[in-house]
Amino acid sequence: MKTRTAWEQVQLARHPKRPTCHILIQTLFPDFLELHGDQHFKDDPSIVGGIASLNGIPVTVISQEKGRTTEEKIKHNFGMPHPEGYHKALRLAKQAEKFHRPVIFFIDTPGAYPGIGAEERGQANAIAQSIQSYFELETQVISVILSEGGSGGALAIGIADQVWMFENATYSILSPEGFASILYKNATLAKEAAEDMKLTSKDLLKFGMIDKIVEEPEEGLHVTYIDTFNKLKTDLEQEIILLRKIPIPELLERRYQRYRKYGQYQG
Amino acid sequence: MDNFFEQHRLKRESFKEIYRKKTDLSIKISIPDHLFVKCDGCNELIYTKDLETAFYVCPQCGHYFTLTARKRIEMTIDEGTFQELDAFLLTANPLEFEGYTEKIKKYQNECDELEAFVSGIATIYNHKVAIGALDSHFMMGSMGSVVGEKVTRLVEFATKNKLPLIIYSASGGARMQEGIFSLMQMAKTSAALSRHGKAGLLYISVLTHPTTGGVAASFATLGDINIAEEGALIGFAGQRVIKQTIGQDLPVGFQTAEFQLEKGMLDMVVKRKEMKKTLVKLLHFHVGS
Repeated sequence: MKTRTAWEQVQLARHPKRPTCHILIQTLFPDFLELHGDQHFKDDPSIVGGIASLNGIPVTVISQEKGRTTEEKIKHNFGMPHPEGYHKALRLAKQAEKFHRPVIFFIDTPGAYPGIGAEERGQANAIAQSIQSYFELETQVISVILSEGGSGGALAIGIADQVWMFENATYSILSPEGFASILYKNATLAKEAAEDMKLTSKDLLKFGMIDKIVEEPEEGLHVTYIDTFNKLKTDLEQEIILLRKIPIPELLERRYQRYRKYGQYQG
Repeated sequence: MDNFFEQHRLKRESFKEIYRKKTDLSIKISIPDHLFVKCDGCNELIYTKDLETAFYVCPQCGHYFTLTARKRIEMTIDEGTFQELDAFLLTANPLEFEGYTEKIKKYQNECDELEAFVSGIATIYNHKVAIGALDSHFMMGSMGSVVGEKVTRLVEFATKNKLPLIIYSASGGARMQEGIFSLMQMAKTSAALSRHGKAGLLYISVLTHPTTGGVAASFATLGDINIAEEGALIGFAGQRVIKQTIGQDLPVGFQTAEFQLEKGMLDMVVKRKEMKKTLVKLLHFHVGS
């Protein structure tokens, strides 16, 4: 693995040529069938989900899509979900549970959308209910952070039995710009904030919050991704086989204990 | 640190003594024990005794004074029944963030609390409950590892002892200085509540001013009944961030308790003076569950 500063990794995670979840899904799941809508309000294109097969095993795949061209970015709202996006994700996950399909999440979002409509339709409630519901989901869940893991917007599809992170992805409570603006009262100190926040895949692995780093090619995913994605596919297959051997009650207990231990304090 | 811990423990012991003597618990900045206090809403001077009998709501203009966590609990429970839990968890500095430890110390001295969440067991009209309250005076009631752990332990205690649970929220959200550790408290607290719920137990969440960010997006909105105090600011994203994103002003009354009620996010909005009565009613309805 190449040694980079946190800020360099932030730049790579946001690189305009870095593949988004759409390309990841296309590569891993040629038979992916997209399913739309939350069945209450609308279809949120920042969340893309559906069914696919992974070496013969049907799986439900749910992702956050940022888009790469300007047109795509607008269509997908830059990967920032509204409440209906989280409702859609949960609906698809529950469908997976019914048919005993494992769920694979791909995370790539700057955060949940901060707008009037999002607030009117209960962004806070949607995230809280999502987080809670995934603790109760009686099927295997793997969550992979492809590029940006932005705060509650990422965590809302990030509760899983295995959490993996691409080497140059970030996972944080806030963007470095937002962090700098709040804590240093100066948004231009984002570079310093990125270092202080400890948001890289190596930091998260050290903290025990992820299980594995998905290694990227030397220059990053924007140069070449095929081999990395194919390797990820094999790893996902193997992991699902392993997770399926664990009885569901034990799986849920492990999931609970995993998150139960997070936090540092004395006494 | 040991010395500090010991000092605080002694302080807390004497504090408990005061509690037993049923003296006034408000150790608060915004409600000084002067004869008169100035209202932030209308700038009028109010007789402190009048303010107290009016549940710390300005009799002139209706402005809600901010309450400490202990005052909240005191105003809710049967007098003298509070037994505090997990009082001695101390904040660490997981990201080794510069100035954080000092900042915590400053708030500990100002608020005479170790952290932003106070929890324990008590009775309300003889109903035994697990009860907790966030304190917005302590670093905006933000949730770091200690707050998350205390909330989780309270919920787990309630589940184990088959108790109904009441949590008063007042928070700006997750605590930035603990980064990803704070984010994970959202998961931890929500998971614990899931088990409390599956055990068939009642959780009443009371959202007070302000309840936003990571606290709104976790345990504060997961109640079987979600109640907001009149006029409270409730939402996910901060208003400044929303304004920046959409590039226009926000509608009047946006993200107030009344707005959330209208949008269907709350079960009810309750005046402070009606809060205890409402909670008692709800506890009555759930007896035996």
